[in-house]
Amino acid sequence: MALKLPVPAALRKPSKPGERSNGAGTNGAGTGDGNGKAGSPVVDTVKEGAIDVVGWLDERTGASPFLTGLLLRKVPKGTNWFYTLGSATMFAFAMQALTGVFLAMYYVPSATDAYDSINYLTNDVFLGEFVRGLHKWGATVMVILIFLHMGRTFFFGAYKYPRELNWVIGVVLLILTLVMGLTGYLLPFDQRSYWATIVAMNITGSGPVMGPYLADFLRAGSEFTATTLPRFYAVHMLLVPGLIIALIGAHLYLVVKLGTTAPPWLRADPKPKPLREEVVGPASGNGISGNGRSGNGRSGNGATRADEHDRESS
Amino acid sequence: MNTAEKEAYLREYEVLKKKGKPFFPYAVFKDATMMAITAGVIVLMALLLGAEQGPKADPTTTTYVPRPEWYFFFLFELLRVIKPPELVPIATVGIPTMCMVLLLLLPFYDRNPERAPWRRPVATVAGIMTIVAMAFLTFLGASAGSPTEIELEVAPQFEQGKQVAAQSGCLACHKFGENGNDGPGPELTEIGSKLPANAIERTLVNPSGIMPEYGNLPPEKFESLVAFLASLQ
Repeated sequence: MALKLPVPAALRKPSKPGERSNGAGTNGAGTGDGNGKAGSPVVDTVKEGAIDVVGWLDERTGASPFLTGLLLRKVPKGTNWFYTLGSATMFAFAMQALTGVFLAMYYVPSATDAYDSINYLTNDVFLGEFVRGLHKWGATVMVILIFLHMGRTFFFGAYKYPRELNWVIGVVLLILTLVMGLTGYLLPFDQRSYWATIVAMNITGSGPVMGPYLADFLRAGSEFTATTLPRFYAVHMLLVPGLIIALIGAHLYLVVKLGTTAPPWLRADPKPKPLREEVVGPASGNGISGNGRSGNGRSGNGATRADEHDRESS
Repeated sequence: MNTAEKEAYLREYEVLKKKGKPFFPYAVFKDATMMAITAGVIVLMALLLGAEQGPKADPTTTTYVPRPEWYFFFLFELLRVIKPPELVPIATVGIPTMCMVLLLLLPFYDRNPERAPWRRPVATVAGIMTIVAMAFLTFLGASAGSPTEIELEVAPQFEQGKQVAAQSGCLACHKFGENGNDGPGPELTEIGSKLPANAIERTLVNPSGIMPEYGNLPPEKFESLVAFLASLQ
């Protein structure tokens, strides 16, 4: 049985002109499913309440055209699993932000107390070591995902017109992520962190023109002192994450505005062969029937068709 | 790309997009699946590998060999390829900066309108070679191990200095016989024949380039370290 979700009229796919509109108009928002089935009064009340809240919000924010545009926009034919790497990277970043908040609740950014606070967090706090592990290995996974995402973008030629700017933003995000790795490495303040940071700062200082100034800024002076650690902490949890969030926003805006690329092996055929039309028809019909597995079935079909098309065109 | 090529691309993209499926639920389903896999991998790694805490940072006794996070290994290895001190800044700053600038400006110098990897062989080969080089350097950096022991035969009075050298992280950048990394610092197996003891002492207190200072070691350890290094001939 198909469960009809209480989607308010404004969020439904707009009906085509001439079709009977499905409870359109914000006033009568979704009083019925249109099928005349009578549910229990409690369920109806809850449904209507939820719909009223959504309608209220929509009336004041006007968000529904934006949301429908975002969710129902088409992604090009042939979109495959390689296209999930970017959102997976963003998810890894969100996990880093979340676990970072929990770590910040216990961490003391001072050269004298940092090590002990990590020690306490690791050994005494409930799930402390687990959250530290999530943050540490989350960073590794995020870096791997960034490189995979970048590799996909490179080999699919997705950085070319009109998406050049998004590539530039992506590279800046890569650099910022590496800065996160570098600054975060010091924070546990064990021998490994300390000496790796000393070397990293000496390397930074050996750079031409800007190098010495940058190293002095990061160290808060010409030597590694007690003020260095709080400075790394501020950079690691305020400055760079802020920049990353802002740039992810810009990155996503451009992705939605310009659309994701189609795989480079697909060619738009100006005159589709009748045979292929016949293949497309029933497949898309199946997908809309809305049984639980349609997602899988559809993506499988999509891939097959893309492959077929590939063979045709090459 | 000239205007005609741009228009052709946009037209073609429009067609492919029209033939596509809505972002929700199709792309969202795949994205959510991938996110769940990502979360699973991170949780597994956190559970299996944990987050160990090393000994507390101690600027006076440098008992830890500095090693960067694994994704900086390739950079670390690059340092060892380029040895002359005057060229070290090129390895540490020059090459990474140049690579980043090349990466950043990629869409501006790669003007080839083709997108399929096999229709732009130069870009594809360059990309694959970059990946292979980075993977190779990362592998070298990872397999270098954690050098904390020197196996050179020395007279008993220099044993203590050998211990200090082994535990002070010298091996991260210097080679002693069969141990240690061959760079970025010079090999020290026969340093005593090249530099007198007082010159070694000066270098340890006031090092050149990226080498950390060792003048803040306790005096006894420092003297034994100098004596050990000067004995290497």
